[in-house]
Amino acid sequence: MNKLQNNKAWLFVLPVFALVAFNAIIPLMTVVNYSVQETFGNNEFFWAGVIWFQDILQSERFHASLGRQAIFTASILAIEMPLGVAIALTMPRKGPWVSVCLVLMALPLLIPWNVVGAMWNIFALPDIGFLGHMLNAIGFDFNFTRQPGDAWFTLILMDVWHWTSLVVLLAYAGLSSIPDAYYQAAKIDGAGSWAIFRYIQLPKLSRVLTIAFLLRFMDSFMIYTEPFVLTGGGPGNSTTLLSIDLVKIALGQFDLGPAAAMSLIYFLIILLLSWVFYTVMTRNEEQ
Amino acid sequence: MAKITLDDLRHAYGENPERPEDYALQQLDITFEDGGAYALLGPSGCGKTTLLNIISGLLTPSHGEVLFDDEDVTGLAPDQRHIAQVFQFPVVYDTMSVYDNLAFPLRNRGVPEADVDKKVREIAAMIDLEDTLMNRASGLTADGKQKISLGRGLVRSDVNVIMFDEPLTVIDPHLKWQLRSKLKELHQRVKRTMIYVTHDQTEALTFADKVVVMNVGEVVQIGTPVELFETPGHEFVGHFIGSPGMNILDCEVKGGQAFLHGQPIATSNAGALKDGAEGPLRLGVRPEFVSLSETDGIAADVVKVSDSGRYQIVETRVGDMPVKLLVNEGIEIPTGKTALSFRADRTRVYRDGWLVAGGAEA
Repeated sequence: MNKLQNNKAWLFVLPVFALVAFNAIIPLMTVVNYSVQETFGNNEFFWAGVIWFQDILQSERFHASLGRQAIFTASILAIEMPLGVAIALTMPRKGPWVSVCLVLMALPLLIPWNVVGAMWNIFALPDIGFLGHMLNAIGFDFNFTRQPGDAWFTLILMDVWHWTSLVVLLAYAGLSSIPDAYYQAAKIDGAGSWAIFRYIQLPKLSRVLTIAFLLRFMDSFMIYTEPFVLTGGGPGNSTTLLSIDLVKIALGQFDLGPAAAMSLIYFLIILLLSWVFYTVMTRNEEQ
Repeated sequence: MAKITLDDLRHAYGENPERPEDYALQQLDITFEDGGAYALLGPSGCGKTTLLNIISGLLTPSHGEVLFDDEDVTGLAPDQRHIAQVFQFPVVYDTMSVYDNLAFPLRNRGVPEADVDKKVREIAAMIDLEDTLMNRASGLTADGKQKISLGRGLVRSDVNVIMFDEPLTVIDPHLKWQLRSKLKELHQRVKRTMIYVTHDQTEALTFADKVVVMNVGEVVQIGTPVELFETPGHEFVGHFIGSPGMNILDCEVKGGQAFLHGQPIATSNAGALKDGAEGPLRLGVRPEFVSLSETDGIAADVVKVSDSGRYQIVETRVGDMPVKLLVNEGIEIPTGKTALSFRADRTRVYRDGWLVAGGAEA
């Protein structure tokens, strides 16, 4: 009796399995398939073992892209997390300005990514762009299409402009959910604003900040569209992040095997780091 | 330590209040004596939390003054008034240990660490938190957290008054009783002024020496639990306190004699009322002071009898007015027609809701 019912219940999860199979497992298996084979065209494939994985892991080009990617992600996290919390703390809690602030904050998130890239590309152009022109006018020799440092500066500024809002909105939601009684108790206990931040706001925000951190980590580690439109990975290879490099290998050089191996390594790095961050950040709560 | 005086106090949340309905708190004058245990009792929305927040300084009243001893503190912030407050939902600093929680108010005030340690341990012993002193505060149960909240008030030596805003709301029923007696015990030990806000009459009557009963933003009576029970100053008090509440019956008064449903009835204060007095007149008598009478009395019909353990609650009807009375267990209740007698010194006339002053007070 029980067994019969259980078997029928599988029918209900079947659509989900089918969906997951089609949009995740099957494409992923295709990539796995490519990553262990060699082809010379004509749709002929030969078994290659782990040779592509060895190649990628030993390739200086991959190391360089990975390094650039790590610097980029670390920089934007170091800027966006504190900045987002700081902005959320200064936003009004009630009154007519709340909606104004929220809409202003949400605006960058609503702009299509390639438009963001194009906007900043034009904005930062040294001759006609407002930012580039102004920087040159006040004495900086700014040209992001020629100088790697300037390209990085523009790239990070663009990401901070585009994505700090996400941290702000999450932190603001977290702050709004702190009951008034906590602030009242802190006032009565004579706590200053630093103590309130350190012992009430920050602990209460830890969950949303964990989510914000993970989202920003994963998104920035996978970022493609905006830097592709802004710099195309240049000048030279100076802003070629992992995803841009991957596309170059896969679609530029059409090296399917190495590209597939790199995709898998890329995927595993994100998975592993996300797990490490999540474990470290939630460790305190479990104690 | 201080006496707290509320002088001609009123509060409206909106701006430019004009009508009485605009005020969340009607005009009131109360004095809380130093070291007393007080309760603010009333239904939800009666203004008791507003009043509490005005005393603690979280809210500035729109009119009137708050005095601690003779000092006007109306404009002062909570931390300058030297008060402590326990909130409805437990407030603990999650990332700190119980010890650090208790030490927090002292450290914020720059107390030397040796004194902090001594005081924290003393208070922890008092509120039975010694064993969990080094645990994370977030791991405690709700009653433990409320004890921490209270402890943060007790560690400070400068506290004028400790206030409780329905502190037992989230406590399990079987722990409520424990925590309540703990509070009472602590009050007797530390002799600080305590003001306890609640809508639960049992909590108010067991904790407080004096109870301030509030309804729709107005203080209706201030008295000891016995006074509130025996001499309700307002129909609301009679009805709100006691279980079941006071019988409130329409009546007439002619020549200093009260009549219930056309039958004369002895009261303690009808003689003080002149004929032709305005406002609806009602008779108030608690079910405890109504009894069944074999011979003469007010004619009534028994409607229903329910058993509450020690007592039987008898519902009767005099004319179309329901009258409840309590009868001891084991006494036969007649069915159908019977007669009721009201104890004269506990039967009172209320005009427009308020007790008519004068007459032979019990």
